[in-house]
Amino acid sequence: MAKPAEVTDADFESEVLKSDTPVLVDFWAPWCGPCRMVAPVVEELADEYAGKVKFVKLNTDDNVRTASQYGIRSIPTLLVFKAGQPVGQIIGFRPKGDLKKRLDAAL
Amino acid sequence: MTNDSRREYDIIIIGAGPAGLAAGLYAARARRRTLIIEGKVTGGQISLTAEVENYPGIETINGFDLSQTMHRQAEKYGMETAYTRVTGVDQEGKEHLVHTEEGDYRAKAVIVTSGADYNRLGIPGEERLTGFGTSYCATCDAAFFKDQVVAVVGGGDAAMDEGLFVTRYVSKAYMIHRRDTLRASAILQERAFADPKMEFVWNTVVEEILGDDAVTGIRVRDVVTGETRVIDVSAVFIFIGLTPNTDYLREKVRMDPAGHIFVNEWMETQIPGLYAAGDVRANSARQVVTAAGDGATAAIRADHYITDTFGTVQAAHHVVAAESGSARE
Repeated sequence: MAKPAEVTDADFESEVLKSDTPVLVDFWAPWCGPCRMVAPVVEELADEYAGKVKFVKLNTDDNVRTASQYGIRSIPTLLVFKAGQPVGQIIGFRPKGDLKKRLDAAL
Repeated sequence: MTNDSRREYDIIIIGAGPAGLAAGLYAARARRRTLIIEGKVTGGQISLTAEVENYPGIETINGFDLSQTMHRQAEKYGMETAYTRVTGVDQEGKEHLVHTEEGDYRAKAVIVTSGADYNRLGIPGEERLTGFGTSYCATCDAAFFKDQVVAVVGGGDAAMDEGLFVTRYVSKAYMIHRRDTLRASAILQERAFADPKMEFVWNTVVEEILGDDAVTGIRVRDVVTGETRVIDVSAVFIFIGLTPNTDYLREKVRMDPAGHIFVNEWMETQIPGLYAAGDVRANSARQVVTAAGDGATAAIRADHYITDTFGTVQAAHHVVAAESGSARE
């Protein structure tokens, strides 16, 4: 199963904003229970959308600059980026079917 | 209608909180082919609780870890898990059909442990700003408001528990309560009153959550004087009680006006083979330990009921599968 790569404040621009393919960013933190529930679902989606969407995760504790830049005030939050712009946002734990619908709508 | 034997179970449990997971553990250990169906997060409310320190035998544990351990423990004995939403339960002869968003399942007995969800205030700004400063989960969101001023709404155990978590991060928390006394347990009240970051605002209700892109304040009304004012806060944490998740059973089983299911001391509803346990039932103490006790009681009763009603024959292939640790099909 494809584990989404960790991105940081330092490489957010090169890995997410300048990506040729759309990117789903999973904003999470180790202390957040629902984030730990979302993680395996995101990993499954990463497999299903392999080649079409790049999946990464950002630890909001260690990367405060990026989290606050995008106004993250609740985690888990999933943001979908296309050509450097956020085009979709999913806040809180959602079942896989919901996530797919929202992701497809953003693509 | 399904003739698919993979969707037939001895016992189906609806909801994977402490009541459901305890029922699953007992049902699986009774060698009943057992399925638990969860619509959201394993653990239910408890998975959002920072610290559980009133479960006997465990001095302190993170709520998420406790529920994950319960889940793993039940799966070890062969309980299966499906993640989908249940839309209804019907009877067909002596059996039950559990309707879900992903098709029907059939069971000899059903244990309802779908718990309760937090209430919304139902005021302007609340839904629009959810995720942007309006929160129902302190453990998820409090860290984003480090050194800021926030409000916590409610006067029960959940409000105090979450408020005490919030003040680890924020500079100040206005504790807003519509009455002049708290419902919270004595020990939580003591801790809350001793917390220098908490300021209690009594006899006050929130009428609107303010802010364009993010919460900037709340408009509150003093219910004694009728005066309204604005308090500047960057987040509002709301803990004002729970509503049982029983809509899908309306007009099926007897409930109190709030939707809690009536059961007897064996967790039996008026329908044979249909049980309710934990926060969904009327007169529950609403604790992790009592929910787990309810779940165990319901599973033991369901096991006896199946033997009495359907005989002692069990799905032998399943017993073997469970013992080899590969019960999933």
